[in-house]
Amino acid sequence: MNTFFLKFAVLFMLIPGFSSSENPDPDFKIISFEEFESLTSADSEKLRIYNFWATWCAPCIREMPHFEEASKDNPDLELVFISMDDGRRPERVTSFMKRKNIQSPVYLLNDVDFNSWIDKVDKSWTGAIPATLFILPDGKRRFHEGELEANELQNLIDQLKP
Amino acid sequence: MKKTNPLILTFFALLCITQISLAQNAGYSVGDEAMDFELTNVDGSLVSLSGMENAKGAFVIFSCNTCPYVKAYEDRMIQLHEKYAPQGYPVIAINPNDAQVSPGDSFDAMKKRAQEKDFPFPYLHDESQEVIKAYGGSRTPHVYLLNRENGKFIVKYIGAIDNNYQDASAVTRHYAAEAVEAVIKGQNVGEKTTKAIGCSIKWSRNSE
Repeated sequence: MNTFFLKFAVLFMLIPGFSSSENPDPDFKIISFEEFESLTSADSEKLRIYNFWATWCAPCIREMPHFEEASKDNPDLELVFISMDDGRRPERVTSFMKRKNIQSPVYLLNDVDFNSWIDKVDKSWTGAIPATLFILPDGKRRFHEGELEANELQNLIDQLKP
Repeated sequence: MKKTNPLILTFFALLCITQISLAQNAGYSVGDEAMDFELTNVDGSLVSLSGMENAKGAFVIFSCNTCPYVKAYEDRMIQLHEKYAPQGYPVIAINPNDAQVSPGDSFDAMKKRAQEKDFPFPYLHDESQEVIKAYGGSRTPHVYLLNRENGKFIVKYIGAIDNNYQDASAVTRHYAAEAVEAVIKGQNVGEKTTKAIGCSIKWSRNSE
């Protein structure tokens, strides 16, 4: 009996626009590796930062605020969080984004054939997360595997930014 | 003016040497001899490669309790062991994570997980992280297939178990099984290394 109402309530919560929030929702979408590649190969005047993370990854979550802080009010930077979460359960990511008030765009890269694309992101990447790809306006890349402290990230950005 | 200061040259030479030696310390490549180890199993016994009776080799898999990718692969690790241990290639799971950094990976938690999943293979604690450093494992799960050749354990394959952690029935490449099948038949392993997204190793704070 109660389960019927519960299902009904869950249904309403899933309808977009039904649950209200004060902030505009940050950008979230599910992308393929091809879409990721076209993102990274596009022209840009900015230093682009792609941070690979997942909702269950403790060191990733620890470093996220440093990335948000560094890119906040900085028009020379473009930050995108690339989620490695399960593409069948995107609500885990969107609810995390709400809970942690993530302001930067989050794209869930939904391709589990990891061996087919890890080397294309960077040859030095072993596949462990967190990991971060920096792309300079001239197309040059810099890759970092492992957690970054706030000052380490800032030093990297200072070195790389146009 | 044009002369380059020999001190600067020496400095750059040293820098290059350091870079090269760092790269070489990144662990084993296929073809290398893997070191033996003696680590504590969840049942309290000590397990070593050379002590595995009738083993022609082993799947050394760096694993843990807390990583969702490991959890997705635990049943497949059991299947791998059940199929290939009778043919001389058992699974040996090793947890390298520091329990202070990752409390869910403590030895007690390992015992509990091994009991819950009824692991048929040893589940060892690399408390000093010496084994993971020597092998060069960087994530969990990370597989090293070893083959015993003239008393030495030679690395034949490094990488992932297969190419779909989400759905075992949708796997199109069984990398680890394909590698051991080739080794058993005395053939060359086709795909010698593969990469996969995995959880980072939780290094001890003292070691950094």
